[in-house]
Formats: sequence, C-alpha cells, structure tokens
Amino acid sequence: MSKKINLTLKVWRQKNCKAKGRLETYKALDIDTDMSFLEMLDVVNEGLTKEGIDPITFDHDCREGICGTCGAVVNGQAHGSLKGTTLCQLHMRHFKDGQTIVIEPFRAKAFPIIKDLSVDRSAFDRIIQAGGYVSIKTGQAPDAHAIPVAKDKAEWAMDAAQCIGCGACVAACPNASAMLFVAAKIDHLNTLPQGSPELKSRTLNMVKQMDEEGFGNCSNEYECEAACPKEISVQHIAKMNRSHRKTNFSK
Amino acid sequence: MLDSKIPSGPLENKWTNFKFNAKLVNPANKRKYKILVVGTGLAGASAGASLAEMGYQVESFCFQDSPRRAHSIAAQGGINAAKNYPNDGDSVKRLFYDTIKGGDFRSREANVYRLAQVSNCIIDQCVAQGVPFAREYSGYLDNRSFGGAQVSRTFYARGQTGQQLLLGAYQALMKEAAKGTVKLHPRTEMLDLVVIDGVARGIVVRNLITGELESHLGDAVVLATGGYGNVFYLSTNAKGCNVTATWRAHKKGAFFSNPCYTQIHPTCIPVHGDYQSKLTLMSESLRNDGRVWVPKTSGDKRLPYEIPETERDYFLERKYPAFGNLVPRDIASRNAKEQCDAGHGVGSTGQAVYLDLSDAIKRVGANVIKERYGNLIDMYQKIVDDDPYKTPMMIYPAVHYTMGGLWVDYTLMSNLPGLFVIGEANFSDHGANRLGASALMQGLADGYFVLPYTIGDYLGRNKPAEAQLVEHAEFKKSQSDVKNHINKLLSIKGKRTVDDFHRQLGKLLWNKCGMARNEAGLKEALKQIPQIREEFWSNVNVLGSNEDYNQALERAGRVADFLEFGELLVTDALHRGESCGGHFREEYQTPEGEALRRDDLFSYVAAWQFNGVGQSPVLHKEELKFEEVHLAQRSYK
Repeated sequence: MSKKINLTLKVWRQKNCKAKGRLETYKALDIDTDMSFLEMLDVVNEGLTKEGIDPITFDHDCREGICGTCGAVVNGQAHGSLKGTTLCQLHMRHFKDGQTIVIEPFRAKAFPIIKDLSVDRSAFDRIIQAGGYVSIKTGQAPDAHAIPVAKDKAEWAMDAAQCIGCGACVAACPNASAMLFVAAKIDHLNTLPQGSPELKSRTLNMVKQMDEEGFGNCSNEYECEAACPKEISVQHIAKMNRSHRKTNFSK
Repeated sequence: MLDSKIPSGPLENKWTNFKFNAKLVNPANKRKYKILVVGTGLAGASAGASLAEMGYQVESFCFQDSPRRAHSIAAQGGINAAKNYPNDGDSVKRLFYDTIKGGDFRSREANVYRLAQVSNCIIDQCVAQGVPFAREYSGYLDNRSFGGAQVSRTFYARGQTGQQLLLGAYQALMKEAAKGTVKLHPRTEMLDLVVIDGVARGIVVRNLITGELESHLGDAVVLATGGYGNVFYLSTNAKGCNVTATWRAHKKGAFFSNPCYTQIHPTCIPVHGDYQSKLTLMSESLRNDGRVWVPKTSGDKRLPYEIPETERDYFLERKYPAFGNLVPRDIASRNAKEQCDAGHGVGSTGQAVYLDLSDAIKRVGANVIKERYGNLIDMYQKIVDDDPYKTPMMIYPAVHYTMGGLWVDYTLMSNLPGLFVIGEANFSDHGANRLGASALMQGLADGYFVLPYTIGDYLGRNKPAEAQLVEHAEFKKSQSDVKNHINKLLSIKGKRTVDDFHRQLGKLLWNKCGMARNEAGLKEALKQIPQIREEFWSNVNVLGSNEDYNQALERAGRVADFLEFGELLVTDALHRGESCGGHFREEYQTPEGEALRRDDLFSYVAAWQFNGVGQSPVLHKEELKFEEVHLAQRSYK
C-alpha cells in the first residue's frame, strides 16, 4: 500500500558545461511511495517553480525504461540501487521516510555536463557511426527466410541488442569506460550471419572511435553489468576483446 | 472535395502503375536536392536513411538527444506482415481486408492495399539489417497473433519490437551520417514551416541547448513527428511527444484530418494518483495468453483468487466468441469501461479489470510465459509492486495512438506542395481505429518503401531551390514570429505552472472527448478550452531565458499548441455524428451497444483548414470510395 514520506534531496546544480557546479539541498515533502523517481522530481520542480527557483533540469522521455534518455547517479549508484532498473522505473517505495538522497549526473570526460543532471552522450552516436550497422541499402534484402539463424545465436544477439544506450555503464565504471555499451553493439551484429561480412572493420573502427572519444579502459570491475538496467552481461566484452585480438592478428 | 490522386487501375496494380508513371530523378541530379526530415522515429529514420542511400542530401532533426530515442522505441508487441509463414491462410488481400475492417471502413482503400503489399519487404529489410526477431528452433522466424486478426502474422523481438526496429533504422541513418549524406540535428525542435507562394520551402528550428533559431531551406519537408496523444496529458506516449510540428504546419495551411480518431488502448496500468506523469502500456500481445475478466457481482471486493470460476465474467470471450480476448482495441476498451461503469471494476479505484495469465501458466508453464512476456511482467511488477505470475494483472484503457493527422494524398504529400507527412503524423492508413502491430508496419512502409518513390515524383517535376531563397522574407518573418511567441511565453510570469494547465486540459478532454463522447459534453469542452487557453496566456509561469537549456519553455510552447489543437479535436468529434472505431458517440450505437456508423452521411475524410485561433475551421471533404470491400457493420462475434 502506498504511503507518504518526506525526503531531503541534495541535487547537483550546474548552469552549463563551463560553469562550476554544486550540490543544493531541497526538501521533498509528502511524497507518495507509488511515485516514480522522476515523478518525485516533477513534484519538487513544481514547488521550485512556484518559489521562483529555476527547476532542476533532467533528461527523460518515455518513462517506461526503454528510450534510455533518463539517468542520474542516486546515492552513488547509476539509476539508483534497484537492479535492472532505469531511473524512471525506480519507485519511491524503495526509499525510507526521512532519508537523504544525493542526485548527481552521469559523470565521465566523454559525457560533458550540459546542465544540472543532463549530459551530452553524443559520443555513443559517433561510435555507432564508426560501424554499428549492417551496410545494406533499402531494397537489397533477400527474403527474410533466406537467412536462418540458430535460436541460441538469435537469443544471444537479442540479449546484447537490448542495450538502451543510457550510459549507466560509463557512469558506474571507475575508469568511465564504455566497453559494455560498445561490446553489446558489436556483439549483437557480429553474432548474426547478417553482420559477419563486416565483422573486422566494425570491431576495429568502433573500438578506435571509443578510444578517441576519451572513454577509459576496462579493468574488469564489472560495475557496468551491475548498473546496467537491461542486465547486459560482461561476457559480451570478452567476446568483443576476442574479436578485436583475432582481427588485429589477421590484419 | 479533395483529390487524393489515387492511381487508376485495379487495386492490386495501383502501386505498380504509380511507380511506372512516376517521374525519376537521375542519380547525378539527386545530390542537388535537399530533403528536410523532421522526426527520427521509425518513419523519419527509415525515410532519412533510404533517401540518403538514393543520393539525396538529407538533414535530419529531432528534439531528443539522439535519433535512437524517438518514441517508436517503446512499441512492444510486434509488426504485421502478410508472409503467411505459419501457413494459416494469410495473404496481402487478407491483411488489407483486416486493416480496412479494423479501421471501421474509414481509411483510404488504395493506401491500405499498398501498405499490405509492402509489408513483406519490411520484414526482409529488417532481418537483413540484423534486427533480432524471435525465432523457432529451426532458425526460422516465429509469429504470434494480435487483435483483429484470425491469423498469426505478427513478427516480434521479445517485448521490445519497436526498439529493435528503431535501432535498425537508426543504425542505417548513422551509416549515412558517417558518409556525410545525412546531417544530424539532435536536440533541435521544429517551430515553424516556411511556405513561399503556396509551396513548403523550409523550416525554422530552435536549438534546445542554446535557444538559437535557425532557418533551413529544403526542396521538400518531411514531417515524421508522430501523434498528438499527449493532448490528453496522461497517455502512453513519451513525455516529449507533441503536436507542435504538425500543428504549426496546419497553421501555415496544411489540412488536419480526422483528429477525433484517437485510440484508447485497452491494456494499460491503471491511474493511481494525481501526480502521475504518464501511463504505461502492457502489450496487446498479452491478450494472446491473458484472459480478461471481472467479478459477475457488481461491487465484489474479494481478492481475485477468492472469486470462484463460476462467479467470474470473461466478458470478451462471452460477447465475442469468434475473436475472444483478441477483439480490436476500440472494442476491448469500450467493454472494459462499460464493465467499470456498471460497478464491476476492480482495484482500489474500481477503474480496472483483470488480465489473468494463470490459465496460460497452467497450460504452458511459467517459463514459457516468462520467455514471451518477461520484460512486460517485470515492468508491471516495478510499477504496481504486485506479481502477475501469482495474481492477475489489473488493467484499464489509456490514450495510446492517434489515427488522425495531417491530410495527405496517395503520394503522402499534404495539400501544400513540398510538404510530405509520414507515419503516425499523417492520417491515411488506419481509418478510425488502428489494429495492433500495424503502427510499426505503417511507419516503416512509409519511410523505407513509399516515400522514397513518391518524393522522387515530386522532385522530378521541380528544379532544385536556389540557395539564396533562405534570405526570403517568409523565412525572416517565420523566425521573428517564433521569437515573439517565445518572448511572450517568458514575459507572462504568472502563477500557474505549464504542467498544471496541461493536466487541466487533459482531464477535460479525457472526460468529454475520451472513450465515449456526446453532444452536450463536447459542447461543454468547446466552451472551456478557450477559457483555459486564455488563462494560460495571462497566468502561466515560465522561468529562465530563451538562451538556455530551458525545459519549461519547451513544454510551454507545446502546451500552447495543444490548447489550440484540443479545440479542433473536439470540433471534429462534434461534427462527426456517427460512431466509428475509436470515435464513439453515445447517440449513435446499435441496440447491443456497438459503434453505429452512418455511411450515407459520413463516409468521408474530414480535412480541416485553419482559420485563426478560436475561429471555426473550414471543413473540406475527401469522399471515401470503396471499390474492393463491401461496407459492413463490423462483427467480431
């Protein structure tokens, strides 16, 4: 059953990418525990607006855990403490009355802060541009049944393809590495027969772009997998590394 | 009467005839044409990628931070195609007929036939892109059933088909962006259409981070900006979905068609509080295995497992034995409302019915159910804090999709030359009700396989625009109008927030123009909307400046448009004195309470022309001629 709780928020406020940021303290009163975390922020923002204080900027869109737009570090954890959950699907019943919640943006050199909790994740788009596709043009496709795919491979590819591109893996990693994101994208396509002709160039180019964007390296902390709202496995990283090494040797 | 430019010849040859007679642009000339594509959902991304592959210069705009985040991503259940892989009697003609019938005979026959014809190419295309559709152990593709059909023609990728299809289209778009044939403009919102001498010539956009206004000149403008469901405030749409691009094009002369055809989806998680910001859909695919029921006795407050089988009413199975739980959405929604209105509703508010998976779990096991619907069930658990493997889910209808949109002819061009409208933003293919798994089909059909041909026919008849046209007075006027509109919103400094007005408008529309509508209610809404709008323009509070990432300002602009558009929606609903599909007028129903169409009076598309804010719009009509199908009272019994 829902009840009402009162919370103290410490929220990262930063006017733009050049300004200096700081944590500001706000009260969140009479919060229904059936609310989602973002609905709680909506309520706080309505209150701030009425007081003439600039509302907290945070990116969000679908609010059903699939678009990958939302995300913040809540009490030190990307998307909060609930496993396999985006911030928009985290509900206030997981917080206690009187609790203090620290809310910060996803931090990484490759994700510059735009304002408050909003960050620039366009590096992910550029990584996809480096090879995250099958180079088929509209109209060239054979009949869908011309390419059978073994069920286990199709399921494995689908496990990787679930990635919503939110960037929590980067925020959770002590090195701000994007290996889980890049591996999921590479492995989805490399696993399927449709993606295999471009396997080598895809693997090399996407990894190269990832490095150029300023993401860190992987040191097997597995924080990415723990933070991933789609629970994507680090095994995809191992598979990416294997492809990358094989490709490098065969160059 | 509007000319829909349907090609001559028998229905099955129309598209072939069109393609043969269409003007072509030779490969060397294609690069001289620039096409502006607004929106990057299934329709916009697939169109942008395909046009760029053909050699056109494409500029792609979206308000999201990446094209991959457009709301097509949230589609769960699947995409239809007439592949007949299950060998259950499907064909192009059957998909065509189901879609026409599902739309309650209010869609354009030739468009729907074309949609069914290209449906198979979409599956081929997506598979080749690496979309990981569900497969059987043989390695071949699996299908499931959806509402309004008696064959299994729906392809799916777990419960996230929309995401996988969108990523396919987005990746194709990124492939072209890497080559430089597509220029991306994320976090950019279209705020005006520029029309010069009656021809769409470009757009004015705002950079959402810096507030800077830019003018873009194009040889064609393609709007793929989705539907207007958020006019109701609470809907299954993403928070950012809006009517702004299509509404501002409408204000520049594009006709808006059938806005009263709104789809209320039967299986959503019920409303639970005033703070609620959106409603969450539970895919229709659950109705494959879930049985919908309410207690037979009104006001029965027992827990679901305390109610014995004999005291449950499986009302869809009882009333529609042929289709059972898989009746079309409009019918399932209305029946749920009817049960709740009669006191059979369940849950704390009484505004819910059960969707029960327990028989299916007994039949195939919890593991199979988890494989089919795992992510949906997880989502339900997170939101409601209840376990659907143990207790039935509670569902209630919610605004989901809008069949109405800007009027387009057979070539998907609006009445303004040079302005094309694709996907949910146009009106043409779903009539008064869309069947499940048909939105993805239409978005991708328009973007991959229809627009690339039809736009060539238009461009082939027109020379590329001179670059200095961007200095034309109309571009300057548009920019200054947009600037003034923004400044006005910022200068009011009233007492109420933007969301507060949006909620008020949404509630009014849901109550007076939602699942059931009547003359008195609609007239009341028409009285109240201008009052809310007036108060908005004198009492809204938008803090901050234009030269900043200002989310309240973005929302204010969109709500201002909803406050104008809402009036058109109600006007259309009032004028259509019949019930059809998602538009149910209480005055017009059969003795059994089903929608009663009045074909002699309303077998036409209503296309409204803007005539000033608060002024009555001008009605134009496109007569719907049916050459192939025989108009009948829909029956799913």
